[in-house]
Amino acid sequence: MPQTLFEKVWNSHKVTEIDGRTLIYIDRHLVHEVTSPQAFDGLRINKRRVRRPDLTFATMDHNVPTNNRSLPIIDQISAIQIKTLETNCKEFGIELFDLHSPYQGIVHVIGPELGITLPGTTIVCGDSHTSTHGAFGAFALGIGTSDVEHVLATQCLVMDKPKTFEIRVDGKRKHRHAITAKDIILSIIKKIGTAGGTGTVIEYRGEAISDLSMDERMTVCNMSIEAGARAGLIAPDNKTFDYLKGRKYAPKNYDDLVNSWKADLVTDNGAKFDKTFAISASDIVPQVSWGTNPAMTSDVTDAVPYPDEYAKGNKSQEDAAKKALEYMDLKPGTQITDIKIDRVFIGSCTNARLQDLVEAADVIHGRKASPNVRVMVVPGSQQVKKQAEEMGLDKIFQDANFEWRESGCSMCLGMNPDILSRGERCASTSNRNFEGRQGSGGRTHLVSPVMAAAAAIAGHFVDVREWF
Amino acid sequence: MEKFSKVSSTAIPLDRANVDTDQIVPKQFLKLVQRTGFGKFLFYDWRFDQDGKQKPDFVLNDPTYSDSHILLAGENFGSGSSREHAAWALKDYGLDVIIAPSFADIFYNNCFKNGILPISLPGNLVDDLMQTKSAIEVDLESQTIRYDSRTIPFAIDEGRKKTLLEGLDDIAVTLQYEDRITSYEKSHAL
Repeated sequence: MPQTLFEKVWNSHKVTEIDGRTLIYIDRHLVHEVTSPQAFDGLRINKRRVRRPDLTFATMDHNVPTNNRSLPIIDQISAIQIKTLETNCKEFGIELFDLHSPYQGIVHVIGPELGITLPGTTIVCGDSHTSTHGAFGAFALGIGTSDVEHVLATQCLVMDKPKTFEIRVDGKRKHRHAITAKDIILSIIKKIGTAGGTGTVIEYRGEAISDLSMDERMTVCNMSIEAGARAGLIAPDNKTFDYLKGRKYAPKNYDDLVNSWKADLVTDNGAKFDKTFAISASDIVPQVSWGTNPAMTSDVTDAVPYPDEYAKGNKSQEDAAKKALEYMDLKPGTQITDIKIDRVFIGSCTNARLQDLVEAADVIHGRKASPNVRVMVVPGSQQVKKQAEEMGLDKIFQDANFEWRESGCSMCLGMNPDILSRGERCASTSNRNFEGRQGSGGRTHLVSPVMAAAAAIAGHFVDVREWF
Repeated sequence: MEKFSKVSSTAIPLDRANVDTDQIVPKQFLKLVQRTGFGKFLFYDWRFDQDGKQKPDFVLNDPTYSDSHILLAGENFGSGSSREHAAWALKDYGLDVIIAPSFADIFYNNCFKNGILPISLPGNLVDDLMQTKSAIEVDLESQTIRYDSRTIPFAIDEGRKKTLLEGLDDIAVTLQYEDRITSYEKSHAL
């Protein structure tokens, strides 16, 4: 029977059935400081070991400071969490890319960068944006701390088989630089909603997806969770295989593996998906979120919607939109391009890879940030930072008064000192615009890196298509 | 984990859709390295004002519900992060059952790991439950909810039901299959 890519990966990782559920083998486990301490504690209490430390990799990213790394960490509780990860990795024999490692970075940026992420594998991490790794044709999913402990102890996860969801993005984008992978995924979430993918694994397909670079594919897969999906993936192709070749942890028999991946990791002709959705890439324009969940997003050419018009008769959505506009301090009918901003954040596991930074820098053209706007650029990893500096991007950003910082999750979730003050409005390349996400009382608008850089210069949102 | 038994109490009507994990526990409280003590941070920004005073109009601050073990909420409850701190905070606050039209996947899974029973019911039934001020009885064994002389059934996966009723340690259960894991590893090295 013809199978989808996801079904093939699922079937090849089945270990056994337990009470009607499936025990799935996990090939790679990524660990960070926030969701792991309680899991390691559980192991100690029950006198259990880590089954496969060689398949487990750790880094600290969520609450690390992004200023000078030679200074001590001021937030004592963050410092304890970071120290705890060091102690746990040492005790259980897990490789750790610590704050002084040249490979430190956001866990979802370093996995692919180091060749830990591989096609056709199963990858978990105690972080919902683990879906990022699906860009390589892996089944990659976020898990809670109890499951982190379960994978540490057994290298397996007990799961119910998710359903399959095909999302096609057909045709070509109208503007390769102004309309980005971020605009593709925000357009999809806007249409299917934040629960549109619940219970499913999405496979992104179609010409506009094949056209994307690996950095761009990661942006799309990264936000699968914002559509509620368990995971998102894209069939690997030559771009995938070329990207991973020669990476630090890529297997020795890489070329042989590529041959088997080419043969195996495709959705068969005639395979059936449980659900299908399609959009045309040529209809997509730059996106800006206006509300407090990622589906509350508009075209940059539109105005902030009226709650009833947005909700189309759904009472709870109308209430949600009213609450969102109140929180965001926005009036319906305001043109998106009239919204002024105070802060810009270019970073996060969604948009802090090299291509994101190159594209953001390309928008600047010798101009400077608006004097009223504070701009932070936070590279996704130390490797990204190094490559960007070799290209002189740090200089371009700094000349424009954009702050150039150390790698980490930073203001995507504001667990470190990088936060919005109450009432501040931010154009952010991150993935969530929830209330208080970037700081209590802060207001987040999700955009692409080019839209964020343009807004930084103008002081308000602009249609970046007009800037190219 | 403790065995899950019958729960009977008033139910807190949190009439909001898409309640996300950043609302359930704001991220400034995620830095503890234990599983306990998160209850005081539950819905922090909705419960407390900037000076740390209770907001009287938020439903958790209504004394009617001070002994509630059941939470009622709108669709897509628990969306967002994988952080289990959300489930820890709900449990630590004293909530054992959450009833909503739908849940986000990771959150749903995290509930079972912490002795919380998440129940999906059609929206109109959740709306009805939100109207009642009397006690609601949730019986997992018989998969029923009783209130105001009504009885409504709910569905749950058999394996998950067993985990809750018996308070099973998932890891111990999986480790009973260790020989199969080992043989899988032998044939699938990567």
